[in-house]
Order: sequence, then structure tokens, then C-alpha cells
Amino acid sequence: MSSKMPSSNNVTQARRTVQQLKIEASIERIKVSKASADLMHYCGEHAKYDPLLMGIPASENPFKDKKPCAIL
Amino acid sequence: MGEMDTLKKEADGLKAQIEAGRKAVNDTTMATLASGVAAAPRVQLKNRKTLKGHLAKIYGLHWSADNRHMVSASQDGKLLIWDTYTGNKVYAVPLKSSWVMSCSMAPSGNLVASGGLDNMCTIANIKGASPKTLRELDAHEGYLSHSRFLNDSEILTASGDTTCCLWDLETGKQKVIYKSHVGDCMCLAVSPDQNTFISGACDSSAKLWDIRDGGCKQTFIGHTSDINAIAFYPSGTAVITGSDDCTLKMYDLRADQEVNGYQDAALNAGVTSVSLSSSGRLIFAGYDNFNCNIWDSLKAEKVGVLSGHDNRVSCIGVPDDGLGVCTGSWDSFLKIWN
Repeated sequence: MSSKMPSSNNVTQARRTVQQLKIEASIERIKVSKASADLMHYCGEHAKYDPLLMGIPASENPFKDKKPCAIL
Repeated sequence: MGEMDTLKKEADGLKAQIEAGRKAVNDTTMATLASGVAAAPRVQLKNRKTLKGHLAKIYGLHWSADNRHMVSASQDGKLLIWDTYTGNKVYAVPLKSSWVMSCSMAPSGNLVASGGLDNMCTIANIKGASPKTLRELDAHEGYLSHSRFLNDSEILTASGDTTCCLWDLETGKQKVIYKSHVGDCMCLAVSPDQNTFISGACDSSAKLWDIRDGGCKQTFIGHTSDINAIAFYPSGTAVITGSDDCTLKMYDLRADQEVNGYQDAALNAGVTSVSLSSSGRLIFAGYDNFNCNIWDSLKAEKVGVLSGHDNRVSCIGVPDDGLGVCTGSWDSFLKIWN
């Protein structure tokens, strides 16, 4: 590892930070109302296919222990 | 030191600009909008299976893309691959270093990865007569906290050295290094379209990265302590983070800010792990206090609890088909619920 002067290391780091902040400052943002509405819409559309939300019938539950049937 | 002062002023100015830009689109809260949505049903999930076999704390778990197999990692020095339908162990992969902190399985099911305080990510091939070490990815200067395969030839890692990395498994070399965090990287999650990934770190921020060009596109702030867990919303347009500050947050990528928060004054345990149900409506969060809380992601209300572990819940996962949720704990057990 080359030994750098502490001051030039800090300057390089600071320049990188400014560069990164410029990228982040320039993005286009949509309104929170639209973003939230879209997320809510996604949830709504997919809810009926969500087994943990809708429940799983015992016959279709791969994790449920199948009890042996005794024929009396 | 004139240039440092100039740069600092410029940085402060840009931060203020970002804050103003975020405020300008902050026209409402999700909680307000979601008040009209029907409440999620009170979620009562039962413990269907308890997977016993590890002899020490479990630190990681990852479902296979086949929704049936799962890999778990424990500081007993083993990775176990389970058939969760039967509860049987299918393979055991002995680890060179028992200080494992994470594990993952490739979408193909052919490879598993593990790593931890050895600073390495070890890749093993589990299809064959017996598990074989394929590669040792050795370049991080800090512990390996997390890993996720993109495919059988590429894997992403997160490290305590504050960087994340994309590795080429054919050569064992680093392809892309993601540098911007100023604290240990603790977790990562890949976007559904595999173009971006998100990382959470001890600097309390989450960062969105372009996988291919290595650039950090967005930084999400607001947490006041380490971010231990992170997950993409299934739509790919939002992320959920869990932190040592005892809260979870939802950040929307297009609004570039926090749009919902999940906290409870009574909860004073850090969040260790997070996973979502297939529609995104339910958030499963593991905490230091041995429980897993279930949150309604839209209304930000607690709708259930998974209790049964005798120690910290360290990892959680929902398979791609959404048919259950698995919790892994320091009590050495994995539990499957639905």
C-alpha cells in the first residue's frame, strides 16, 4: 500500500462524495401520492394469489403433516 | 485546506438540494392513503415444521428457487440443505471456518455459498456424490455478511470492509466493486429484474446500485442505527429495511424517500431479518427479542406474531411461491409457518 499524505486522501474522498451527491441530486422524483397509490395497487392486484394472506387449504399445504388414516 | 472547505460547502449544498427535492414531492403519507384500504386479515400462522439438526446458533437461511429445498448456516461449522416438505436433511456441507454469518443458494440449486469472519465467500457444488468446494472468493478486507447468486457464474457479496462486490465464478476474481458506504455492509437484496441491487450498512443508510456499472444511484437515509436486513418489494419499486434502531422503513425508489415506517413504542429490540409475503402486503420481521412480528406493509399496523423460538430470530425467508415463511434462530432450530 503506498503511503499517501493524509490531506490528499481526504481531498480525494471529499471529491468523490461531491460527485456522488451530484448524481443523487439530479434524479427525477415522482410524488409520494403516486408512488403510494402504485404500491397499494400492486398489493391489491396480487393479494388474491398470496397464500399467506388468503390461507392455504389443508390438502394443498406441502408443509402440513399428513396424518395417517386408520380404516376402522 | 481551502479546497476541503469548498468541497464541504458544495457537499452540504447538494445534501440540502436533495432534501428539498424530496420535500417537494412529499405531498401525503402512505398511512393516510391506506386508511381507506380494507384491513389485512388477522394473520394466524401455525408452526408446521421444526427443522432440527444444527448444534449451534443459526445465522442464515435461503430458500431454493424450487420452493422446496433450503440451505441454512450455523456456527456449528455446517451448512445443511433441507427438504422442507419432509423435514429431512439432504446434504451437509462442512465449513473450513465455523464463524459463518451468511449462506445462499444459486437459482439453479447446484451451488451454495457461505462466509463470515474468514472474510471469504466459499462456493460449493452440491450436485454430485458429495459436496465439493468450487471456489474460495478471497479479496474482501472484512467479514462477509451476506451473499446472493445472480446465476451459476456470478455472485454478489456484502462485507464488513464497507464494500459490496460482484464476482466471476469462472475465474474467482472480482468483476465490479461497489464503493460508497462508510460503514460495514450488513445485507443486500437483488431487484426482481436483476439490473440493480440494494445494500444496507452500519452507516444507517441503504444504497441502490447498478449491478453492471457499479454506480450508486440512490442513497436512503432516516434510520438511526445499523441496517441489518433489507428486501425488495415484489414490484421492484420499493425496499424494506430493518435496523438496530428497532424500526423498519419502506423506501420508494421513484419518490426517492421513506414512504412508511413500522415501529411500536413497546418494541425495543433491534430488527435482525426481514422478508415479504408474495403480494408484498405482509412484512415478516425477526427481532432480537426472540419473536417475529408480522406487519401490514400498507397500514403500518402489526397484524400477527410468530412466537416459538427460545432465542433471537436471526434470519427469515419466504420461498418464491409464497407458500410459507421460515424463521431461523440462535436456538439452533428452523421453523416453517403458514
